[in-house]
Amino acid sequence: MTEVERHNYDVVVIGAGGAGLRAVIEARQRGLSVAVVCKSLFGKAHTVMAEGGCAASMGNANSHDNWQVHFRDTMRGGKFLNNWRMAELHAKEAPDRVWELETYGALFDRTADGRISQRNFGGHTYPRLAHVGDRTGLELIRTMQQKIVSLQQEDHRRYGDYEAKLKVFAECTVTELVKEDGRVAGAFGYWRESGRFVLFETPAVVLATGGIGKSFKVTSNSWEYTGDGHALALRAGAGLINMEFVQFHPTGMVWPPSVKGILVTEGVRGDGGVLKNAEGERFMFRYIPDVFKGQYADSEEEADRWYTDQEGNRRTPDLLPRDEVARAINTEVKEGRGSPHGGMFLDIASRLPTEEIRKRLPSMYHQFRELADVDITAEPMEVGPTCHYVMGGIEVDPDTAASTVPGLFAAGECSGGMHGSNRLGGNSLSDLLVFGRRAGLGAAEYVESLDARPSVSEADVTAGATHALAPFDGPDDGGGEENPYTLHTELQQTMNELVGIIRKADEIEKAIDRLAEIRGRIRRVTVEGNRQYNPGWHLAVDLRNMLLVSECVARAALRRTESRGGHTRDDFPQLDAQWRNRLLVCAAADDQPVPAVDVEVKEQPPMRRDLLELFELSELEKYYTEDELAGHPERTA
Amino acid sequence: MAYPAKLRVWRGDATSGELQDFEVEANEGEVVLDLIHRLQATQTPDLAVRWNCKAGKCGSCSAEVNGRPRLLCMTRMSIFDEDEIITVTPMRTFPVIRDLVPDVSYNYEKAREIPSFTPPEGLEPGEYRMQQVDVERSQEFRKCIECFLCQDTCHVIRDHEENKEAFAGPRYLMRVAELEMHPLDVADRVDAVQDAQGLGYCNITKCCTEVCPESIHITDNALIPMKERVADRRYDPIVWLGNKIFKRNGA
Repeated sequence: MTEVERHNYDVVVIGAGGAGLRAVIEARQRGLSVAVVCKSLFGKAHTVMAEGGCAASMGNANSHDNWQVHFRDTMRGGKFLNNWRMAELHAKEAPDRVWELETYGALFDRTADGRISQRNFGGHTYPRLAHVGDRTGLELIRTMQQKIVSLQQEDHRRYGDYEAKLKVFAECTVTELVKEDGRVAGAFGYWRESGRFVLFETPAVVLATGGIGKSFKVTSNSWEYTGDGHALALRAGAGLINMEFVQFHPTGMVWPPSVKGILVTEGVRGDGGVLKNAEGERFMFRYIPDVFKGQYADSEEEADRWYTDQEGNRRTPDLLPRDEVARAINTEVKEGRGSPHGGMFLDIASRLPTEEIRKRLPSMYHQFRELADVDITAEPMEVGPTCHYVMGGIEVDPDTAASTVPGLFAAGECSGGMHGSNRLGGNSLSDLLVFGRRAGLGAAEYVESLDARPSVSEADVTAGATHALAPFDGPDDGGGEENPYTLHTELQQTMNELVGIIRKADEIEKAIDRLAEIRGRIRRVTVEGNRQYNPGWHLAVDLRNMLLVSECVARAALRRTESRGGHTRDDFPQLDAQWRNRLLVCAAADDQPVPAVDVEVKEQPPMRRDLLELFELSELEKYYTEDELAGHPERTA
Repeated sequence: MAYPAKLRVWRGDATSGELQDFEVEANEGEVVLDLIHRLQATQTPDLAVRWNCKAGKCGSCSAEVNGRPRLLCMTRMSIFDEDEIITVTPMRTFPVIRDLVPDVSYNYEKAREIPSFTPPEGLEPGEYRMQQVDVERSQEFRKCIECFLCQDTCHVIRDHEENKEAFAGPRYLMRVAELEMHPLDVADRVDAVQDAQGLGYCNITKCCTEVCPESIHITDNALIPMKERVADRRYDPIVWLGNKIFKRNGA
């Protein structure tokens, strides 16, 4: 029998970023016992990297803002492929979720009349992002971390034990979900510190594991972003949707090489920064796509007036949605107008006084001074696209965050649908709060509805242990061993070069071939040392998930023969209305540790009429087919 | 240009360990963490190190470089001579788990002992009104990335394991200050900060401020003001006398 530490909880949340912590808070407040399991120390999750802010139409900076405007912006940003019900819930509930954080102790920047200040961001009609300088993510994570501590203090007063009902399992990796009769029965993993196994017996698991960026070479994501939740869900029988849509943030650092990809907040542009090519031209005015014509300023003068007068002017195209800006930068560099290190210039120095820059963008100032020897108050930054976010993820019910597997829930980046083909900046932090809470609630209601709890079979535990330990044994045929670090680098190169920001059928096919080759070699990965805090082993385990999600991205990208949001096909450069409503669903084709991936087309239900009527017919015509619009009231009237 | 850098890294676990010498390629613009990663990828695949964001935002890769507490991701190789031996060791104040990874659970335990944010009763979500100038005091402390370098350097606990029980360390004394200076918080932590968090142990040598990668003025803006609040309450003779005569509540 495998030696394993056992725990029993009502709900187990995997991932301690914004979505995970919000789910924990909700489930605990419903009276359930909750474990939160995370690969890093508590409070280090990727949410701390979010800089710009959290979108919520509180209307503090512009009273014309409301949920309908936010909903419209979100759907436009996602090029109308979004799950409209998620976008609706998100726009409606985000203000309450932000205000709630103040009751936990969050300290956002303020307006003159003492309310939460809101800043401009790409694709948002009005200043909408609640923020704390450029470290908003840190504020969110710390606030919820401290709220969890306060819940533990309540438990300590009641039960004499801080961890009586809510425990953080930090530096613990979940490698398997265990089911019984098709329902979730538990989660199996190991302590990173000791390598010892741990089993959570639980009827409900909330996946909140974030994204997949570590499959790409140039990324703003940390080592944790290995698609664990995506892979766990797929292997448990859930579907992944929209995996072809990967967001390349337009502004990552490009120099020095060791920091290539580290994020430069969109807040730089929201606060007045502009993009320029090597010729000093503000090139974004040449890149306003047809679908956004009329919504953005077409002269520098108008764009500059917009910062102070938003009613009489249109916004600067520097603040187009991220996919548009990233593609524009890519083209400029390709056509020979790049900066010395192959990016574009982002200039805030000539736009704001030194003091104002240091006050509004302190971590950008610090990051460039420390890592690149650049003083952003005196000279422009060099920036270029970096893999930042995956729109695709686990298909969930919008209201309950339930996946198709009973007992399995998902929220945040690892879930799919909310952002359609492209996420607006600022919509991630609000997504975490809105759907983190809904997942906690959904899991709680599911657990409360159960008559009996499923149990974990000993065979599943043994299989989990064998699978996890395989890299210590080496290839069973005695053949050549593979180094996990080398294989990881090859995977990242493949995805970056062949399924990156601009894609073509022959390149994606080549990527699929290379992934197949890596799949063959991944079985030969061998690690040195013992199980105690062994990064080589940890990478070997995570690598399987990275391979699996990479296959999903590549296979879905090959199927979608159009360009939309975070999926750009050089060989199909146009938006195709026939594709707007079609989702690509990835599913596991077998029950191997790294299963083969099937991709199927699925139609989304049409948007509810009252929501559809929020848009002008002339705008919908840019995205919808004629047939879809035949019943529109403006047509039938 | 690339050159072979000399790294001396502590390797071992709770039972034993030693400094080991390595030669690792260093390239333009790199930081110490890049070299540690290259070491993992090419020579020591099981070398244990914590890291996450690699941008100075998460506070995971704390260690000591040539004896000074630093974030490995924010320590540029260019600050060292090319032939200098760079010694990387785990934070000394905490028990080592393996290689560069220490057990920092002390910090999480101390965090739990501080009474949480307490809003005024009846104040509904959405009704919070605060002025920017008033939130900025606590916002400075909320920049903290919990790297625990201030805890590591603090001499009260650095070589005095016995003080850990009574002393929360600069990070958590600052957390008390942050809550006390929150414009809407109504709880009183002035007595607790002295009695439970051990503020009296701090003799304001400012070591914590010096190592803070976020440049938070821990001593000047958090610890000294808290000491003043304690002194005002406990040692002001007029307050003392008033308390004796009128038996004020809460003092």
